[in-house]
Amino acid sequence: MSEAIISIQNVTKRFGSVVAVDDVSFDIRPNEFFALLGPSGCGKTTLLRMISGLEIPSDGTILIDGMDTDGVPPNRRPVNMVFQSYAVFPHMTVLDNVGYGLKVVGTPKPEIEQRAREALEMVQLAELAERMPDQLSGGQRQRVALARALVKRPKVLLLDEPLSALDAKLREQMRLELAKLQESVGITFIIVTHDQDEALSMADRIAVMDGGRVSQIATPEELYESPKTRFVADFIGKVNLLDGEASRGRGNAVTVAVDGIGAFNVEDAEGVEGQVSLAIRPEKLKLSAKKPTGKDVKVQGKVVDLAYYGNASHVFLETTSGISLTANVQNDTRDFDDTLAVGDTTWVSWRATDALLLGG
Amino acid sequence: MAELTTTAPHAVRSAPRRRRWFRRNDIGPLEYSRKIWVQLFVGATFLMLYAPIITLVAYSFNDSRRNVVWKGFTFKYYIKAWNNDGLFEAFMNSITIAFMSTVISTILGAMVALLLWRFRFPGKAAYEGFMALPIVIPEICMGVAMLVFFARIGWPSGMPWPLNLSAITIAHIAFSFPFVAVVVRARMSGFNRELEEASKDLGASEWQTFWNVVFPFMKPGIVAGALLAFTLSLDDFVITFFTSGPDTVTFPVKVYSMVRFSVTPEVNAASTLLIVITVIATLFAMKFQAPDKGSAH
Repeated sequence: MSEAIISIQNVTKRFGSVVAVDDVSFDIRPNEFFALLGPSGCGKTTLLRMISGLEIPSDGTILIDGMDTDGVPPNRRPVNMVFQSYAVFPHMTVLDNVGYGLKVVGTPKPEIEQRAREALEMVQLAELAERMPDQLSGGQRQRVALARALVKRPKVLLLDEPLSALDAKLREQMRLELAKLQESVGITFIIVTHDQDEALSMADRIAVMDGGRVSQIATPEELYESPKTRFVADFIGKVNLLDGEASRGRGNAVTVAVDGIGAFNVEDAEGVEGQVSLAIRPEKLKLSAKKPTGKDVKVQGKVVDLAYYGNASHVFLETTSGISLTANVQNDTRDFDDTLAVGDTTWVSWRATDALLLGG
Repeated sequence: MAELTTTAPHAVRSAPRRRRWFRRNDIGPLEYSRKIWVQLFVGATFLMLYAPIITLVAYSFNDSRRNVVWKGFTFKYYIKAWNNDGLFEAFMNSITIAFMSTVISTILGAMVALLLWRFRFPGKAAYEGFMALPIVIPEICMGVAMLVFFARIGWPSGMPWPLNLSAITIAHIAFSFPFVAVVVRARMSGFNRELEEASKDLGASEWQTFWNVVFPFMKPGIVAGALLAFTLSLDDFVITFFTSGPDTVTFPVKVYSMVRFSVTPEVNAASTLLIVITVIATLFAMKFQAPDKGSAH
C-alpha cells in the first residue's frame, strides 16, 4: 500500500436511493497525472469530492498517503482542489486569494507574502497580484485558483473539470501548461473531466467511469487501442461497432461471422464465443476506388454523408448489406473535395488485426 | 470572389446608405426612454413623488404661523422645534428605538436568512412562510396584537429611560426582522457554494470560512436590510401608537398629535430634519454596499 499516494478501497456513495459511486477500488501512484473520465453523472466528481473530504463515503475507505481519511475534515487533508467555477474569492485581491490558505492556518505574514508571490510566479501571474478577481479573464482566474491550491504544497492536487469553462484555443494551451506544471511541482494531479481529448493528452493513466463503476484503468494508448468493454471503446474516440458471432478457429484464433460482411479470423482471442462486438477505429478503415488485393477484410459501400473537420473528414458509409461504417480520412492534399462525394461507391478495407474483439 | 466585388455598381452601394441615414432618428422598439409619452409619464411620476416633499421642506423656512402663504425666509421654526421639549424628546425616543431595533433585527434577520439558506429541516417551507408573516399582516392587526400581548403578560411600564422604550422596540424588531431576513436571503441565493468549499479545502475552519468568505458576501444584503429596518422603525406610526404610553411618545406619534391642533412650520422643520437623517443614512449605506462583484457564476 505504500506504493499508492491515494488508495480507494470499496468506496460507495449513495445519495438517497441513487448510487453515485458503486464499490470502487483502485490506487493512484505518487507523482502521477491521473484522470477520472466519464459522461456526466458517472460519479467521477463525487469520487473527487470524497477524496477532498467535501463528501463522505457511505461505505469503504480512502487512504491518502497511508492515512485513513475517515472523519478527517477537508481542512485537515493534505490535498487541495481547483474548483470547476474556480471559486476565486471575489472580495480579495489576487495575492490575498493565493495567501488565504496560509493565512487561515496562522502562517507568519512575511512568509505568506513570499510564498504567495512565488506561487503566482509559477502560474505566470506575478504582475497581476494586486488586481481584483473581476478584473481578470477566465483563464487568469483559473491560474489564481491553481496558485491558491499549490501554495499549500499539497500531496495531491485535485482538479474538477478545470478546462471546461475556457474557450477551445485556451483549453489546448492550458492542457500543455497543466502537464508541464505537474512535472515541475512533482506532485500527484487528479483531474476530473468528461472530455476524452483532455484526458488522453494530459494523463499518465485514466480511469473510465460509467454508472458509478470503473470500467477500465489504463494508459491513454491502452484505452484507445485496447478498450476492454464496449462502453470504453465507444466513449473514447469514435468507433465502428459490428455485432458478430464468435466461434472457435484454428489455434488461439477465433472466427467471427458478421452479417453482411463475412467471416474472418481474429488472433489472440482464445475462449471467446457467442455474441461479440467487433470494434474498428475509423482511421483504420482504408477507402479505395478499386477492389483492394491482399488478405484485408474488404467490403463495398456507398458514401452517405461527409463531415469536414479541416485536417480530416469523416466519411459515413453504408455497405451494400446495409451496415453503417464511419471512416476517417486525412485531408493531406488540398484537392480532397474532388476525390469523394456523396453517392460514390467505394471499397472499404481494414487489416483483420486492427479489429478488436469485445465480449458482450 | 474578386470578380464579384468589382462588378458591383455604385448605385447598389449608395442606395441602402441613404436609407440608413434617413432612418437614423427612428425610435427602436425597446428605446422607451426616447418615447414622448414615456417621458411625460416619468416626469409626472417624479412630480407626484417629490412635489409634496419639496413643499414640506420649503415651508419649513416660511416665516408664518400658518402653512398657506409664503411670508419670507426664516430659521425660526428650527430653533422653536429644537426648544420644544416634547418634540425633542419624541425625536430622541424615535432615534433610540430605531437604533436598537435596527441592530437587533439585523442580527436576527441575518441569522434567520442563513438558517434558511444553509440548512434543510422538516417544516422549513412552513417556517419560511410564518417568518414572513409580519410583512403581510396589516399593521393595525399587529398593533392590536402587540397591545393585547404586552397587557396580558403585564410588561412593566414606567421604567427609567431607555428601558421604558423596550415594548416599542420589541414590537419594531418583530415586524422589521423579516424584512432583513428576506433581503439577506435573496442576496445569499446568488452565493457560489464552491467558495465556501474552497475556503474549507484551503484549511479554514467553519468559523473562519464564515467571517472570511460568507460574511463579506452577505454584507451588502445586511446593509440594505439594516437600512430598511431603520426606516421602518423610524416612521412607524400604527404599531407604535398601540404600544406607546404617555411617557414614551415617538416622533411620528408626536407629530400626529401636534397636527391635530394645527400644522405649524415647526412640524415641517422637524420633518425636514428627519428626511435629512434618512437621506444621510441611505448615502452612508450605499457607500458601504460595495458594488456587486462576481456574485454568481
